[in-house]
Amino acid sequence: MNELGFFVQALIYLTSAIIIVPIANRLGLGSVLGYLIAGIVIGPFVFGFVGTEGKDMLHFAEFGVVMMLFAIGLELELDLLWRLKFWLLGLGGLQIILTTAITAGFAFGFGFHWKPSLALGLILSLSSTAIVLQTLKEKGLMKSVSGQAAFSVLLFQDMAVIPILAIFPMLSDSDVTTSAQGHSLIEHLPGYAKTLVVLSVVIGIILVGKYLLSPFFRLLAKSGNREIFTGASLLLVIAISVLMGAVGVSAALGTFLGGVVLASSEYRHELESNIEPFKGLLLGLFFLSVGASMDLPVVIHSPSKILGIVFGIIFIKALVLFFLGFIFRIPLDQNLYFSLALSQVGEFSFVLFGYSEGLGLFKEESIIILVACVAVSMAITPVLLLLYEKTFFGLLESKISKTQSNQNIHKQENPVIICGFGRFGNMLGRFLRSNGIPITILDFDADRVEMLGRFGFKVYFGDPTRLELLESAGLEHVKVLVAALDNSEKQTELIRNVSQHYPQIKIVARAGDREDAYNLKEMGVTYIYRETRETAVQMGKDVLKLLGTRAHTAEKAKNLFLKHDDDTFHELFALRADRVQYMSLAKQRNAELERLMFVDLGKEEELGRDPWSEMER
Amino acid sequence: MPKILILLVHPVLEKSKANQMLLDSLPFSENITLHDLYEEYPNFFINVKAEQDLLSNHQIIIFQHPLYWYSCPPLMKLWIDMVLEDGWAYGPGGEKLLGKKWIQVITTGGSKDAYSKGGFHGYSTEEFLLPFRRTAELCGMDYLNPFLVQGTFQLNEEDLQKESSRYSTFINQLLGGNYE
Repeated sequence: MNELGFFVQALIYLTSAIIIVPIANRLGLGSVLGYLIAGIVIGPFVFGFVGTEGKDMLHFAEFGVVMMLFAIGLELELDLLWRLKFWLLGLGGLQIILTTAITAGFAFGFGFHWKPSLALGLILSLSSTAIVLQTLKEKGLMKSVSGQAAFSVLLFQDMAVIPILAIFPMLSDSDVTTSAQGHSLIEHLPGYAKTLVVLSVVIGIILVGKYLLSPFFRLLAKSGNREIFTGASLLLVIAISVLMGAVGVSAALGTFLGGVVLASSEYRHELESNIEPFKGLLLGLFFLSVGASMDLPVVIHSPSKILGIVFGIIFIKALVLFFLGFIFRIPLDQNLYFSLALSQVGEFSFVLFGYSEGLGLFKEESIIILVACVAVSMAITPVLLLLYEKTFFGLLESKISKTQSNQNIHKQENPVIICGFGRFGNMLGRFLRSNGIPITILDFDADRVEMLGRFGFKVYFGDPTRLELLESAGLEHVKVLVAALDNSEKQTELIRNVSQHYPQIKIVARAGDREDAYNLKEMGVTYIYRETRETAVQMGKDVLKLLGTRAHTAEKAKNLFLKHDDDTFHELFALRADRVQYMSLAKQRNAELERLMFVDLGKEEELGRDPWSEMER
Repeated sequence: MPKILILLVHPVLEKSKANQMLLDSLPFSENITLHDLYEEYPNFFINVKAEQDLLSNHQIIIFQHPLYWYSCPPLMKLWIDMVLEDGWAYGPGGEKLLGKKWIQVITTGGSKDAYSKGGFHGYSTEEFLLPFRRTAELCGMDYLNPFLVQGTFQLNEEDLQKESSRYSTFINQLLGGNYE
């Protein structure tokens, strides 16, 4: 099977995913479990479509985890971190300390030396960000109390990997340095120099992210080439991973940091939606490879041992989490869900086991068994959650008090999104803002975005015709979407996307001319505004005044004209397919209007009679 | 059952507790049409034809408005000027409003005492309303006594409650064809 080419491999991976994941979703198992099962099915121990290179694939697919952390970082604004600080430090910190202490204690009891015991405890205390976040997102629980608690704990764990990686070499007795890793460029340096290099790289990333990336992206954005921008987004993530890998820090952490640095950037949503598809696919691949690399023979030969360890770990972790959840006053049903959701061992353990193998912390047999246990624990989580939902959650749910929604962390939930911030959108935006309406702005002009950002607008760079971008800008909370793009094709695409997927959102659209307006009306847009119509008529009114018409009469003429134009618009819309009838009606209506407007007092029709002029007569 | 048209004319309704109270006290009835002029014609461009049609379809016309400078708000005056056309509402052939009831529901900041001979304003509210009475008469309408909510600056919750039930009784009587 090893001769299988790259494409054939891709064929197998993708086919299995496409077949099994939707089925798993249908059965309510969630896509994570679907990928894992697909992995097992194509793995060496069931069909054997893919061989033992599953492990290599795993290393490649870990990049999905890296990207996920980048995306998490992007979503982390400082004020969110600040609001979560209580749970982040309290819940997250205590969870690691307690779990590590207990599992290390057990390992010590089973005869491990204290150093590997501690290392094992640390590894096992981590949970799977990928599985848990994916599951929470799919179930729409991210904003629930359990979701926020889980997010805080996972975040703390992700950050804790840095010190854990730093501690591991100290726990190693042997002199086998990180050569097995072979990546680190600075391994020959003494300890303090390593720290110094790592520190300066981190500071470097922060500085570059803060001061160089925006102008760089702006330059790229100006080229108007979307592929290049996507490429640059990928390059950014890869560059950070490589740089961090080079100094021996986990790539996932590096990109996470990069994400956090860029979270306040106006390119944030564009980056997010660029990375999104890669992230999703690679994460899928990651779960697939976890499934494929599961050493089924080991599991099958000593099932009691494996299951014992797995359930032992799950039990300890869930218990610690439940205890902490209780202390932190998470409602019972949410607490149970939270504890179960985080009870598995995370994907970082694969990285950490590999790392510790190089350090000679564990024997190879132990690692094979432990890795199998980790994979099994990951695979079991979705099942456990499903069982919980089907049994207890329904019973307990009624007890959730409604007030909890107040605790939710509201990210960015502006009621209005303005797409396109040229002259038109700009005027509108200023008006709304001066009336105290918070707005989110999306625009594809890098210079404009930069400038508006300086004025304190919440403005993001990106192409609003992409639904992912709109969604990451908070589309689901929007009440009114303003479509004010210059290009009428783009405008059409935007409106079609939004009205199809979010029919409850009111769309207010700008039209260039009458034809544009007809197109919009045809698409079902109710609120159409023909650009320059009002200003042109306003100008006409002023011309009348300059020619000697009294101001109030001119104002009335303006209103009459606009009203007539509105009425005719709807009439003509119905006839627009039939050009002959259309022209005839249009001419007729124009004549009518002229008759109305240039009132010859002697001959005026009934409709055009002005009671005030009558009174003077 | 007579049909009631309520022409609500208040430029800053959102700031008037008394007028909102009056609206809230209206009974639910298919025979009541509420027509908010400041909402309908924010730029004072009145659709005369539509207004005349509305009038034709109702028997009791109520103008609900605050008293501004001893008179109605400007849009109501404009409405009277524009809608009550010669030949339609009065004059030769102008008999479209004949026999309809004209009632004003008026809120005043000052108290009943202030609007009296010895009071601050020196005349009663009814006296200030003479032009409206004459307008109704000219159109052949029955001018009924206005429904007044006075001293709105001093009204407390309890007073508002009382005025509210007084108003809904009033409207129900009108619906029952009882014009006092």
